[in-house]
Amino acid sequence: MSTETPKAEVYLGKTDYKVIGTRPIRHDGADKVTGKAIYTADFKLPGMLHGAILRSPHPHANIKSIDTSAAEAMDGVMAVITAADMPGLKDKNASLGEGSVNLLDLGSNVLAHGKVLYRGHAVAAVAAKSVHIAQEALKHIVVEYEELPAVTWVLDAMKDDAPILLDRVRTDDMGEMSESPTNISKHIRFEKGNIEDGFSQCDIVIEKEFRTETVHQGYIEPHASVASWNEDGHLKIWTATQGSFTARQQTAELLELPVSKVTVTPCEIGGGFGGKIAVYTQPVAAMLSQKSGRPVKVTMQRNEVFEGTGPTPGSYMKVKIGATNDGKLVAGEAWLAYDAGAFPGGVIGPGCMCVFSCYEFEHAKVDGYDVLVNKPKTQAYRAPGSTHVAFAVETIVDEIAEKLEMDPIDFRLQNAAKEGTVRVDGLKYPRIGLIETLEALKNSDHYQSKLEGPNKGRGLGCGFWFNIGLKSSVTATVNSDGMVSLIEGSTDIGGTRTSIAMQFAETLGIPAEDVIPKVADTDSIGYTDVTGGSRVTFSTGLAAYKCALDIQDQLRARAADLWECEPENVTIEEGVYSHNGDSMTFKELADKACKVGDPVAGSATVSPDCFTNGFAAHLADVEVDPETGKVTILRYTAVQDAGKAIHPSYVEGQMQGGAVQGIGWTLNEEYFYDDKGTMKNASFLDYRMPTCLDVPMIETIIVEVPNPDHPYGVRGVGEPPICPPPGAIANAIYHATGQRMTELPISPPKLWKAISEK
Amino acid sequence: MKDFDYAAPTALNEAVSLLAQHNGSAKILAGGTDIIVQLREGLKDADVVIDVKKIPELTQLSYSAESGLSMGASVPCYQLYENPEIVGAYGALTDSARIIGGWQIQSRASVGGNLCNSSPAADSIPSLIANNATAHIVGPNGSREVAVTEFCTAPGKNVLESGELLVKITLPARVSKSASAYLRFIPRNEMDIAVAGVGSWVKLSEDGNTIEDARMGLCAVSATPQFAEEASAFLRGKPATDETFAAAGELAKKIASPIDDMRGTVEYRIHLVGVLTKRTLKIACERASEN
Ligand SMILES: Cc1cc2nc3c(=O)[nH]c(=O)nc-3n(C[C@H](O)[C@H](O)[C@H](O)COP(=O)(O)OP(=O)(O)OC[C@H]3O[C@@H](n4cnc5c(N)ncnc54)[C@H](O)[C@@H]3O)c2cc1C
Repeated sequence: MSTETPKAEVYLGKTDYKVIGTRPIRHDGADKVTGKAIYTADFKLPGMLHGAILRSPHPHANIKSIDTSAAEAMDGVMAVITAADMPGLKDKNASLGEGSVNLLDLGSNVLAHGKVLYRGHAVAAVAAKSVHIAQEALKHIVVEYEELPAVTWVLDAMKDDAPILLDRVRTDDMGEMSESPTNISKHIRFEKGNIEDGFSQCDIVIEKEFRTETVHQGYIEPHASVASWNEDGHLKIWTATQGSFTARQQTAELLELPVSKVTVTPCEIGGGFGGKIAVYTQPVAAMLSQKSGRPVKVTMQRNEVFEGTGPTPGSYMKVKIGATNDGKLVAGEAWLAYDAGAFPGGVIGPGCMCVFSCYEFEHAKVDGYDVLVNKPKTQAYRAPGSTHVAFAVETIVDEIAEKLEMDPIDFRLQNAAKEGTVRVDGLKYPRIGLIETLEALKNSDHYQSKLEGPNKGRGLGCGFWFNIGLKSSVTATVNSDGMVSLIEGSTDIGGTRTSIAMQFAETLGIPAEDVIPKVADTDSIGYTDVTGGSRVTFSTGLAAYKCALDIQDQLRARAADLWECEPENVTIEEGVYSHNGDSMTFKELADKACKVGDPVAGSATVSPDCFTNGFAAHLADVEVDPETGKVTILRYTAVQDAGKAIHPSYVEGQMQGGAVQGIGWTLNEEYFYDDKGTMKNASFLDYRMPTCLDVPMIETIIVEVPNPDHPYGVRGVGEPPICPPPGAIANAIYHATGQRMTELPISPPKLWKAISEK
Repeated sequence: MKDFDYAAPTALNEAVSLLAQHNGSAKILAGGTDIIVQLREGLKDADVVIDVKKIPELTQLSYSAESGLSMGASVPCYQLYENPEIVGAYGALTDSARIIGGWQIQSRASVGGNLCNSSPAADSIPSLIANNATAHIVGPNGSREVAVTEFCTAPGKNVLESGELLVKITLPARVSKSASAYLRFIPRNEMDIAVAGVGSWVKLSEDGNTIEDARMGLCAVSATPQFAEEASAFLRGKPATDETFAAAGELAKKIASPIDDMRGTVEYRIHLVGVLTKRTLKIACERASEN
């Protein structure tokens, strides 16, 4: 490493970029569009077996017995496992970077321990010579269940007489533990100012109740893993994961292996959105491999993805907001209950922190509850917990603006959070860009245009996500042809190979195409946290920046050797190294440096301990068919502060993708349960995500208010854009129909009923 | 999924004897867009799957203004809507063919398969009912004809006896000043199953002002697609106005007995029958006065 690198956490204030801000073709593009990229399901090993997982048909039941003998006796069946094959699990927390997990809960989720807590809960697994044999074998596993009453709605689960999911759960009520078993695993409270005083100063106070249903990330690629437990005790896993190190750690902890005995190779991944952080198939494939002595592949079907993997929670929210007649927000109070699914540890925490995140409130109070229900364990989904509260707050803010006869953007501008604003959880914002985001929307062609005609309405919504830092590592090797291999630990879900390579290239003064980025396995690169929290372009990008400086210093020293001068006398401009009339391009110097002396390789590790604070504002025009309640989105604009858009196309893609997922959540997506607690729509046919015929082209406006904690000003961008759509669309629907819809999804039957009962 | 054999007979009698031989454990494959999914998901199983796309009678499509339409049971949907004469004469049917799945599905999926799958929500059946179609069946005891109105008997069940198969569907020739239209309601704009569907056929007077005859078929609002007989009869002799269409919608709603499920509530589905009846009658009348 070089001795003096500039403090990496400081924004450099550059404006004349060569690579950053351009739109090179992504490094993995050709493989993806020609079908040559290797996903886990494509991966085959000699002698590989196929696994299948037996899942609970009941939402809540005790397992009296499991008889696997008939399945084991079948021709072609090589191994059958149940929770009994899992090493003893401890009631212990393992940190996963973005959050932590209790191993007893994680293990019981991977394979049910004594009790099934949701329909689709994995109970046993088979490895066989073909996937058809494995599936047939599942039918021969006899499980005796004792059915128990189930509860799927969060408020029902909070009642005193609710069926209890886990006897070991007690309420952690702000540090104090309750005595008897309960489904409420946690009560959080944040307070700022004095809420009673606050409301007493208000001229207008609006309180509303909201309800949202469970929704799934809906990534296109079902979960898949291949495991090979070798004779020397080393476990190799190829898998679709957002974090290879996180997958390694969870699997190692569950199987009681040292982490270094597990190698996780991340394959290409077909989406995650927060849903591919927890392990599901990895430990199962590993245990089947250990028992059969053969490599085993386990892939899920779509219904298993819906019923067996983490969606994001349904919620009940009561929110009260007050303002003065001159349009100043004064007080906000929220009571939030999010379901956690079958195990504690849902996304209520961020929900509580995000609820009032977009505005200045002098007085605020939030109570949040983490509640167990008989649904799959919830997981992160793009800005986990923030979309729910944005829906509630943006609806009320819109109504206050309307009652005060103020323009909805002006009202928000007047109250927007800014540098120095203290959030309800006590965090004080550094420089943020919500005001600039709202101003850009105000000046947009869309906002300036008129929307005319019956049954049409326009709505606005804002949203926030923290965007985290965490740990990242990269290494780089300079090749004799002047290209650089860049190895990173961040699995690439949204084009980050390119956005990291671009920051590396910019720093070194070489073209993005001269960098060959590669995501490596857990033995080949330093520890790197999950691809989540919108952190990769920020944090792994920062590592790439530091690594490029390391390489640059090494090359500077090599140039100084050649020119027999001091390194500090070598000047570097846009990849050209010069001294006293001599000069060499990066390529020329690379060639020379590779021929004589030590190879040039560099590395950097970072763990920035900060948030990059992303804000988004969306505008939606809708038309409602009053006879059917069907909503058509006529026009949609997403505006967001990206800090600095490294590759603008990918930033736009994130904004559009987030908007579309938010539109789906708003209009049609929901886990539809019957009264027995069975999900009735575990397929893409009836779980209605928007298709390309359901959304207009999402217009995008990137705002760039540099993040002070990154050399190029980068902020996370992946998560904020899912937060504004429910509020924006619900507000648009209100302006089209006069109906304030407070329950998601605003599906046609619901909206028709509201309109027809008006 | 269990292993099964595959057979692709090239003659009708061969198919009939194969079916008879397997006595219920054989499944017919036309486009396969229902049966393959059902076999893979374990909803059905088969010892042998009989592909009927190599049987000439099942793949023939013929139309003439005098004799009408004869459609082999495995003719894929796209062949219907790509034929302008068929589009002109049987608007409801081609409306249906155009929305069954997407392009990939339509290049395989057949109306015959849609009918034989006998889903309560099958998009082509209301249009077949509205267009007064007849199913032609062959079996071990020879051939018979059944009006499509009578074809379905319960969800997934129909009049086909063990060993029988559907050979073709025929639609009568178009009469002047007549036309039809089909609409379904779905929450999205594609990839969805009808929450309710209505196919309407009308025959107008020469001046286009009066409805002389009408036939309406409904789907997704009862155990089988239905002929809306009372509403159809009501329309005879009525002026082709919005009021008439709405009144027919009210009558059509009377025979809807839907279920509550993830696709819609009972109340909502019944309401939709009224809306769709009104809207399809309007389109059908517009089309009829145009040709
Ligand atoms: C992605 C997708 C989207 C879809 N969208 C729609 C939609 O929008 N609307 C809709 O109504 N349907 C839809 N379907 C269902 C399906 O495509 C239709 O029902 C289609 O018309 C079936 O025709 P097929 O030729 O593929 O039938 P097949 O699957 O080949 O057969 C269907 C059934 O009929 C039986 N059968 C077929 N031919 C005969 C015969 N000659 N004699 C006796 N029995 C026979 C088969 O054994 C089987 O039980 C969709 C399916 C998919 C996969």
